[in-house]
Amino acid sequence: MPFIPHTEADIREMLAAIGASDTEALFEEIPAQFRVRGLDGVPPALSEMEVARLMMDLAARDTRRLNFIGAGAYDHHVPSAVWAIVSRGEFYSAYTPYQAEASQGTLQLLYEYQTMMASLTGMDISNASLYDGASGLAEACLMAVRANRKSKSQRILLPVALNPTYRSVLQAIAGNQSLAFELVPYDQKGGQTIVAALDKYRGQDITAVVIQQPNFFGTLEDVDAVTNWAHDNNALAIGVVNPTALAVTKPPGEWGRKGADIACGDGQPLGVPLSSGGPYFGFMATKSEHVRQMPGRIIGRTVDLDGKPGFTLTLQAREQHIRRSKATSNICTNQGLLVTAATIYMSLLGPHGLAQVAATSMQRTQQLVDALTKVKGVRLAFDRPRFHEAVLLLDRPVAPVLEALAARGIVGGYDISAHYPSLGHGLLVCATETRTVADIETYARALGEVMKSAAAA
Amino acid sequence: MSQVPAELRYLKSHEWARLENDGTITIGISDHAQQSLGDLVFVEAPEAGRRVRAGESCAVVESVKAASDVYSPVSGEVVAGNADLGGQPELINSDPYGAGWIMRIRPDDKTQFAAMMDAKAYEAALAAETH
Repeated sequence: MPFIPHTEADIREMLAAIGASDTEALFEEIPAQFRVRGLDGVPPALSEMEVARLMMDLAARDTRRLNFIGAGAYDHHVPSAVWAIVSRGEFYSAYTPYQAEASQGTLQLLYEYQTMMASLTGMDISNASLYDGASGLAEACLMAVRANRKSKSQRILLPVALNPTYRSVLQAIAGNQSLAFELVPYDQKGGQTIVAALDKYRGQDITAVVIQQPNFFGTLEDVDAVTNWAHDNNALAIGVVNPTALAVTKPPGEWGRKGADIACGDGQPLGVPLSSGGPYFGFMATKSEHVRQMPGRIIGRTVDLDGKPGFTLTLQAREQHIRRSKATSNICTNQGLLVTAATIYMSLLGPHGLAQVAATSMQRTQQLVDALTKVKGVRLAFDRPRFHEAVLLLDRPVAPVLEALAARGIVGGYDISAHYPSLGHGLLVCATETRTVADIETYARALGEVMKSAAAA
Repeated sequence: MSQVPAELRYLKSHEWARLENDGTITIGISDHAQQSLGDLVFVEAPEAGRRVRAGESCAVVESVKAASDVYSPVSGEVVAGNADLGGQPELINSDPYGAGWIMRIRPDDKTQFAAMMDAKAYEAALAAETH
């Protein structure tokens, strides 16, 4: 469908037809003090040529560095076929198409995606995606408030070991909708959330308990015990999961006696390249009994008048174009393009391939931990089983060490000391299947040099 | 033409209410409402024990065409939601004034019920609406 802007003549004709002097006059009813006449900090527009030059100059500053940061976004290999297929004109839109049912190919792809995510999470039903993992968790918490009709408190328990950026996004989105979040501490030795700390809330009205698997430290949580605690206390269990890890860990649908009620997370590891924080995509899956409280688009399979199979948007009465302000969410679209990539990525790898990616990443991280903890002044923070990330504790502030590593072409990890000051000088490191044994040796050697060159704080 | 039983009270928003012998009030949606909505696919009835205010939305009925709120005509406490509607929302289509009841409320004060429209007034309101 072509985009045809109005010409000056069109605009004059339309203004004349309604008797308005100019476009500004259309906004006269908005009181002057509420009008924004220009945005501070937004530079003037650039021409296409100027933008192309700017972007090329910025791109030239990109260097091939050896990356050991995870912390929510992971550097996995993406087969070339993924983005070659995604870039086809038929798929190349970020949105669910308008006149959705005219785009049967897109709907079929989303349907296949939902089937794959439901299978991966062990849940009954998945939506067609959300914006990202953090906002997806905020949607999951708001959904839990609607779905848990036994609870009136809107109180939700969060692990301190949940990704701290997720915690701040939750506060920003749901904190202003009168949800109250309370923090559950982690074990200083193992890094896992302390299940016994939940007992402080036993007998109280708790709407939901959030648990992240693996947690921000990479530590595997006792998700069965947390899920059972939630259900024993009339709370819903919300699982925040890494989709790669699901290939080798128990899916949320099988946690505890009844399974988690909602599973969500960031889909970036499934075929989406690292890109300055996004765009990524969020996923969400739930049990059938909660489907009408789930936000986002859902694609269903049906038959047409002639009995032929076809795909359609379904359960739309939850959505804002029907329910207006009472919709389950203001989410009215999904990350179509990135979901397309994820669907192709999962199809190419298959369950066995994804499990190989997960197992190799775990192995590489163990090799990384072994190599780095041999360096004097570096030790492992937590002794519990982990997935593909680990917290290291340095004997000195992390930031100068990371700077010295960056000068050697190594992105050495994520400094968590501001988020977790009680740990001391904490450094979160990650190795995926893309890091070789030689890469790990390079990092260990460089860290040894850096730590030797400056004394401990 | 839809049925408007003479012994019931009504709201303009198409709820009906019946005063039971035990002083509770049974509430549902009218035959006209179920006809307008079409085949119902989902009903969310309130949980027993919930406090509601007159005019508050306390149930949702969803059809193949639309989703609508059901408003309580009285303030009080929900005594029961019709659990059968969970598996059989079509009861509202087949028997809107009987098996398709939605909720039962113990009112704080009977005057709110008395202030509802009688069948004749509701029929007049329907006639004005379809006019």
